[in-house]
Parts: sequence; C-alpha cells; structure tokens
Amino acid sequence: MEQKNTVLIDNQVVELNGEKNILELTRKIGIELPTFCYHSELSLYGACRMCVVEIEGRGIMASCSTPPTPGMKILTNSPRVQRVRRTVLELLLANHERECTTCDRNGSCKLQELANRFGVKKIRFGERDIKLPLDQSSPSIVRDPNKCILCGDCVRMCSEVQGIGALDFTGRGSKATVAPAFNKQLSEVECVNCGQCSAVCPTGALVVKDETDKAWAAINNPEKMVVVQVAPAVRVALGEEFGLPAGEIVTGKVVSALKRLGFDKVFDTCITADLTVIEETNEFISRLQQGEKLPQFTSCCPAWVKFAEHNEAEFLKNLSSCRSPQQMFGSLIKKHWAADLGKKPEDIIVVSIMPCTAKKFEASLPHFSTDGVQDVDLVLTTQELARMIREAGLVFEQLDIESFDTPFGFTSGAGVLFGATGGVAEAVLRAAHEFVTGEPIDQINFEEVRGFKHLKEAKVEIAGQEIKVAVVHGLGNAKALLNKIKEGKADYHIIEVMACPGGCIGGAGQPISPSMETKKKRAKGIYNADKLSQLRKSQDNPVVTKFYDQWLEKPNSEQAHEALHTAYANRGRIIGEDIQLLTSKQPDKVDIAVCVGTCCYLKGSYDTLKKFMTQADEAKVREKINLHATFCLEGCEQSPSIKVNNEIINGVTPDQAETVFKEKILTKLKED
Amino acid sequence: MKQEVLTEAMEGDRSIVYQRKFEKVNEIINRLGKSRSALIPILQEVQEEYRYLPEEILTYIAMAMGLAPASVFGVATFYAQFSLEPKGKYVIKICDGTACHVRGSDPVKEAIKKRVNLTGNKKTTEDLRYTVETVSCLGACGLAPVVMINDQIYGQMTPEAINVILDQLEKGEAEDE
Repeated sequence: MEQKNTVLIDNQVVELNGEKNILELTRKIGIELPTFCYHSELSLYGACRMCVVEIEGRGIMASCSTPPTPGMKILTNSPRVQRVRRTVLELLLANHERECTTCDRNGSCKLQELANRFGVKKIRFGERDIKLPLDQSSPSIVRDPNKCILCGDCVRMCSEVQGIGALDFTGRGSKATVAPAFNKQLSEVECVNCGQCSAVCPTGALVVKDETDKAWAAINNPEKMVVVQVAPAVRVALGEEFGLPAGEIVTGKVVSALKRLGFDKVFDTCITADLTVIEETNEFISRLQQGEKLPQFTSCCPAWVKFAEHNEAEFLKNLSSCRSPQQMFGSLIKKHWAADLGKKPEDIIVVSIMPCTAKKFEASLPHFSTDGVQDVDLVLTTQELARMIREAGLVFEQLDIESFDTPFGFTSGAGVLFGATGGVAEAVLRAAHEFVTGEPIDQINFEEVRGFKHLKEAKVEIAGQEIKVAVVHGLGNAKALLNKIKEGKADYHIIEVMACPGGCIGGAGQPISPSMETKKKRAKGIYNADKLSQLRKSQDNPVVTKFYDQWLEKPNSEQAHEALHTAYANRGRIIGEDIQLLTSKQPDKVDIAVCVGTCCYLKGSYDTLKKFMTQADEAKVREKINLHATFCLEGCEQSPSIKVNNEIINGVTPDQAETVFKEKILTKLKED
Repeated sequence: MKQEVLTEAMEGDRSIVYQRKFEKVNEIINRLGKSRSALIPILQEVQEEYRYLPEEILTYIAMAMGLAPASVFGVATFYAQFSLEPKGKYVIKICDGTACHVRGSDPVKEAIKKRVNLTGNKKTTEDLRYTVETVSCLGACGLAPVVMINDQIYGQMTPEAINVILDQLEKGEAEDE
C-alpha cells in the first residue's frame, strides 16, 4: 500500500508527475547531475554517460534515458556512481586534446568545468597519438576534431533543429569523428554558418572564429578611421559575460566600452534596421498590389538566406531584396557618409558587433562592396567584444554610460525589435498599415508574433484586405513551413525567418548559454528596450527621413536599390566531383553536363541524361561526347538544367531531351 | 599511332561500363525505394557494381534519397563491409582471429604481400588487381589459418600453399584471355 506514485532519490521521497526521465526528476529536487549530451530541445542520445545513477536492483544506469517507475530506489552520489563518473570523465579527457590555456573555450568549457567539479586530478591513460587537422575554412566557425568528445550535440542541433545535417558521425570505434560529408571542409558543404553547433558544443571542438586581432590592428592603424556598429541583440546579452543578469540592457556601457577601446565612431545597427523596415514594407506593398512573389520572406538573416540559396530555389524570388541592416549600414557608410566627409571607402574601416556567426560570412560576400572595398570590413561577435573588453582591463560594471554618435545613433523601438524572433514582422506591421492608407495604426504591440512558439501567426487588416503573417525561428521549423506551403497547406503574405532559435538573441556569437530561460530573458530585454524608446515606429525616425533626403531620394528608388538591395543565386549543396559517363579524347568533343542536383533530379533530369545516352548511340557520336552528371548548375528555378560546352540551357525536361540533343548538341558536332 | 587507337577503343569500353553502372545505380534506388531503411541495402548493391563506393555516387544517392550527404557518408564509413577506396579485382582476406593467428596467419599475410608487391599500410595494388586485408574472423576456425579470395575459402594455409593458389589464379586468368 506504501507504493504510490513515488520514487526514492537519495532516501528522499519524490512524487512522479509524468517526468520522462530520472534526470528531469533529479533537477526538480535540486540535484544537478552532470551532462554533456542532454539538451531539452534535442533528442535523447545517452552517449556521454555522465548522468549515471545507481538504481537498486538494476545497477548503474544513464538517468537521461531511463524513465522513472514507481518504487524505484535511486542513488545519485553513491561511491559506485562517483567512481563510474570519474572514470567516464577520465576516459573522455584521455581522448581530448588538453591544451586548455590556449583554447578558445578556456573558462567556458563544460569538460573543464566537470573535471574540476569532480576532482579529476590525474589521467591514467595515454594521449591520442594522431593529431587531426583543424578546419579553418569557414569564415565563421573553427572545427578542431582533436577536442571532440563525440557527444553528438552539434550533429543533432544541425539536423534536428536546423534541418541541415552538415555534420555527422563518421567512422567507428576509436576512429570515430564528427565531420562534414567525405571529410570535406565546412566551407565546401551546405553549412549555413549559423554556428548553433558551436553554441551547444561542450568543448572547444567547434568555436566561433576569433578575429579580435584584426580589430586591434584596425584600431591601432592611425591612417584609418574605424567606425563600429552594434546590433540590437548585443545590448541585452553582453552583460552576462561580466556577471550581470541576462536581458539587462547595457547599451550605454557597450557604447562607452567601444569608445574606450579606441573606436572613432560608435553607431547603432538599429537605425539601418529602421531603414530595412521602410524598404522591406514598401517592397511588400508593391508585391501585394501586383499580386506577385508572395509570400515575401525577410532577408535579414544571412544563415536563412544561405539556406534558401542551397535548398529552396523556388522561393528565392520570394526573398525580400533588402540587404540586412548590417550590410545597409556598411553600404551607407562607404558609399555616402565617407563621400560627405571627403573620404574614400578604403579610408574607413567598418566593424560590426553582432550576436551572429553567419554575419562574418555575409560581410565577406564579394557583392557587398563599394569600389572594390568590402562594405563591412570586420565582424566581431558579442563573445569577441567581451574578450576585447577583458583584454583592455575595462571593469565593465564601473563603465559610465554613453550615447551613440550621430548620425547613425538614433533609433526607434521597432529597430531594436530585430533582435528577437518576431521582431521584424512586428516592425513591418507597425509600418504597413500607415504606408498603404496614410493613417497611422493604433496598435503598436503585436503579441501574437512574440514568444518562442515554433510557428507564430498573426492577421492584420489593411485597407480591407486581410494580411497573414507567419514567423518561424530555427531553420528546421522554416523547412517544415516551406514544405506546408509547397503542399498547399499553408498560405501567408509575409514570413519572417530567423535561423537561430529565439532569433538573434539566441545567436551563436552570444555569450555561451544553452538554456532557453536565458534566451527568454534576453527577449524580454529587447521588448523593454522597445518600450523605453521615444519613438516606436521605424517610419517616425527623423534620421532615416534625413537619409532619404540626403542620399536615397525615396523608398525603393534607384539610389535606394543601389545602396540597400541585393540579389540571390542558387548554390550547390556540396562541392564535389561529377559522375563521368562518356569521356572523349577527341579535340573537337562537345562537353555536356546534366544537373542531377535535388531540383533537377526531382524534375526528371536522370531521364534526360538517359535519353542523351541513347541519342548519342543512335547518332553514333559517343566518342565525340564528354557526358557527365553534375550536382548543381545553379539554375534550379528553371530546372532541369544542362550545360553544353559553356552554355547553360534550362528547362530540359525528358520530353525535350531529344530535340535539345539534336538542335543544340548534334549541330555543334557538325559545325566542328 | 596504333597505341593511340587502342587507347581510344579502351576509353570507349570504359564509357560503356560507366554508363551501365550508373544506370544500375538508378535501377537499384528505384527498386529498393527511398526510405532511410533502404540505405544500407542500396549501398551494398551499389558496391557490388563499383567494387567500392565512389564519393560522387554517394552524393548522388544522398540527393536522390533526400538525405544529407554527411549521413550517407556516416553510414558508409561505419560498416567495415563498405569501402570508399577502389578495391582490387581479387580481394584477399586473411583471417587474423585467435585461432588463425596462433596457427600462423602472419607469415601467410607476409607471403601474399610480398608476392603482390604491397608495402606498408597500402591495401590495394597500383594496377587494382589485388586488395589484401585482414579480418577478425571468417568463422572457419577449424581450418585455421584461413584465407578468402573473393568468395572462395582456402583453409590450412601456409606461405607455400598460398603461392600455389595465386599461381593457379593467375594461370586461369591468362587462359581466359
């Protein structure tokens, strides 16, 4: 009769309330069992064996993957548990390059923390004798396989939350590693640089690329003027690095710190976020009026843009052509502000402080440049800024508060909202009604698009028409929504996509904290900053109006397009070799590549390829043809694509294969 | 001049082989379906065709099945039965399980490696004729030491005996041609 719905944990009676595993239960009663591979937002993996407990009658079990059953007697710190836990740690440490002092994660490493907590002082086992090469190919992330403990957090983050799967386990046993396909470099595969892998990595195996040295070099270069922009999400998270609570707004201190570090001008990215709202809303209204390219997707998130370029060819035209606020800022500085000061683009170094690792990639894109000079020269993450502040010995809490410099210093609350998921949508909603009707909207807050639900929806009426808005964060959620749209099960006018869970506040460049609670506090900080703003709507920002008067004429003008908009192109998912089918040694051969990438394959490009082979046989020209299957010709929208010598021909469906072969290929052979 | 013509003819033959194999890959995928659980059987059959798993074919399989290339690569590297390197025409497996080891599998292995001219960690000869590898158990411990060449098992091997077998193999091949 005693046995009710309870278990005994360390001789304490604990009631069961539908907990899925013992780990959850122990956390409820204030016992923090150590874990590496347990994250509530990822699937259960049970690989690290750190969370072991002793269960009477069953022995040592992993608490994360054992459901509690009534009557269980559990010990969380018995001598056996202690011994097993230490041995597990010792084994993990034996396989881990222990160069802690020079590691980027020195001080924020979970392995280091647990080794310290459980008093591991000596490793009885030898070190790994093979040193694997570092992968520094990505502009955002550095991968050091020697520090990997195979917890699989990054693998599950990339495939489950982000829907990509750029990393996976390879090999087996002692030779197992986590790597991109075919042990390629990260820059050669479909990685979107969101960096969420590094945000969940418990060690230094995946870290944000540190570019603080470049920042110091810029600051110490007397010939250059160095301006810095600060993204909205940075101001509610930087404080965490210095012991302040998550979500505390430290804008004034950030500005003060940057000035004392030696930046010549400290500006606010929120002002170009305001500009984005105006450009993007006008773009949306014109699409709405013409009834084309809807839904319109936001384009501020470079990880989402790259994801779409790799995987969602048919939606690329739906992406807003607006550059991100970071790039709008860089472009205005290099194209207009520099000229007004009588400077050349190369005289000014633009540095960004971003919550994001993908921004490093975005800034490096060749088309974001002015007269051959990159618009944004250097991107530092919140983590890197904290490192610089520490290096300079600035005591953060003692810093005075200062305000941003003019002219890029005054922002509306809407511009700040960009830092949280739903923020861009809300900012656009605050503007759209007014732009269409000329009447300002009464509603300021759009609670439906706030919060951390995977998919948020809102409906607004503008001039008698119902506008449907969707907001997703996490690329896996974006992928699911896009699939629904493709199947005709969902229909929206405007969709905001942010790659990182929680939006930019959850970016991988932020102070490391895997907990959702921290992200919620940061989001609260963002909404508080909005509330405290004098002006709440982007269109009310007088500085933005001045930019139009001075430099840009009017929204979506030619000048605005030149400085603030961009275009997108398909990207192959993987850089790899072609499948050779016919190889000709003849000098007058014709080279034919048939794309078998996802889009083309689904539209039957294999059948096209097969028809080419048959045709080549029939026309007896096999030996004059080089035929190969390739993985992306970047013409995904008009797939299937083929390339004859250097000419790309789109829309070669199996039905047209014969005609195309005769008209485009045989004629070439005859010419020769 | 004659040499040149010959190479071209050989190129032509090779093209036919490539083409046939690639058609087979598509046939295999269509027959076994595109669900995740079909991946291992697909890889097995594709490996039958190519004698290994070429990278570009793995990419193709991943793409056709809607899987991440990294996952397909992960599966292909997990199982010892899959090879990402081209294998020789004759795959010689020398059993090095306990029984074979104590009854002298090592000298047999050395004799084979010496004969086919393989040194160091190399497993496959330059001309892609032989691949020599050790396996942990072939399940024929009563015949130890055991060597397997393609699908044929040879028991109670000695360095002399394996040389005789390889002599016969090469002789048979010469007669075929």
